[in-house]
Amino acid sequence: MSQIDQSIFNTLKETTGADFIGELIDAFLGDAPDLIAQMHSALANQDSDTFRRAAHSMKSNAATFGAMELSALARELEIFGREKNLEIGSRLEVMEEAFRQAADQLEELKSQP
Amino acid sequence: MSASAEPAKLLVIDDNKVNRIVLSRNLEQQGHVVETAENGEEGLKKIRTQSFDLVLLDIEMPVMDGFQVLEACLNDVDLRQIPIIMTSAMDEIDAMVRCVELGAEDYLTKPVNAVLLRARVNASLEKKRLRDEQRKLFRTFATKEVAEELLRTGFSLGGKKITASILFADIRSFTTIAESLDPSETIDMLNRYFGSMFDAINANNGTVNQMVGDGLMAVFGAPIHFEQHREYAVRAALQMLKQLQVFNEQQAGQNKTQLKIGIGIASGEIIAGYIGTQSRATYTCIGDIVNLASRIEEHTKVALRPLLIDDDTRKGLGDSYKLEDLGPTLFRGKQHLVNVFSVEPS
Repeated sequence: MSQIDQSIFNTLKETTGADFIGELIDAFLGDAPDLIAQMHSALANQDSDTFRRAAHSMKSNAATFGAMELSALARELEIFGREKNLEIGSRLEVMEEAFRQAADQLEELKSQP
Repeated sequence: MSASAEPAKLLVIDDNKVNRIVLSRNLEQQGHVVETAENGEEGLKKIRTQSFDLVLLDIEMPVMDGFQVLEACLNDVDLRQIPIIMTSAMDEIDAMVRCVELGAEDYLTKPVNAVLLRARVNASLEKKRLRDEQRKLFRTFATKEVAEELLRTGFSLGGKKITASILFADIRSFTTIAESLDPSETIDMLNRYFGSMFDAINANNGTVNQMVGDGLMAVFGAPIHFEQHREYAVRAALQMLKQLQVFNEQQAGQNKTQLKIGIGIASGEIIAGYIGTQSRATYTCIGDIVNLASRIEEHTKVALRPLLIDDDTRKGLGDSYKLEDLGPTLFRGKQHLVNVFSVEPS
């Protein structure tokens, strides 16, 4: 199953410049592990504000690249954080798995002309 | 990419690196110069120290969020004119709408659509250009505060009744003076004289409303109401006389003609409003008081005092002014006697 909505991705590539998309993907893939780490430590510290903020950034970035499933999962976690409810079950792990798949696909797309 | 409007200097404030890159890249592709900031505090610092044509502002940020940046800008008379476009996720549309109600120029949902981004940015820049032109025009006649107020409230052509003070000032025997000078000297002298008088009026919250030949009319307490308009008007007049002294010393130093002026002030209810059409309108004050201020100004020639005020104006003054009661006077075209006071320059 494709993690990336091709039409959203293509529009992004077109409007920011095809030669530039690699740098943009790197920025996302470089920041995302930090966001995930922040979410984990926020969970451990019961810091719902930091949790919400990191989930918010993940949601926003995923949507930018057309990773809609990842974005929806991050959005759900953002709402948990906003409602100060950190009883999220395995949702963070599910989101991480979605991120890994999206990341693999973005790496592939990066090498395409 | 098709050509965009004139390139502008824009600031993107967003804590999210991907958003910053996407937005600035998009805007650079459209020919603009883009600066970025990672949070509200850094952004506000850049807004205060550099000059931007437009700001794109994220709402959700650490340190200082978009709301706080927006409010700081709207509350600052120097920053208020910079258009701000809020950028945020679709599910925060309520927050963005609130920002627009507060005074943000527009909003964009993220991820941004490049076509919408271009359209909103260009529309905002165009509106700003028009407002800047208007502002330049207003600033010639009014203080920064009055000009901003006019821009904020817009022009409604209807009039309203306001209590205000009207000031008239005239140069004594100007026709004779003008006859002895060549035209360029006359204009040069008038420009320097008016520049100096405008400063005194603007420094005391007045707005120069009309200039006819060598005379001027200024209004205090309208279009923005100030409770102390009487005192502002008198203070402006005293400052005008002081600045005229400086002007005359400079004239004397260069062997040039010195000027004498008369100033009259009257206070009370006037009808004020924009008269004209939407394309050409002037702020006009009408009423007995306007006429009275002009008559009192003429009376300075007879009374041989440089600054005369009516009783209503006197009532708004504190004890620190040196006043001389000149008694009741009947002015041309008036049905009642008017008590006139001379204010002595300190």
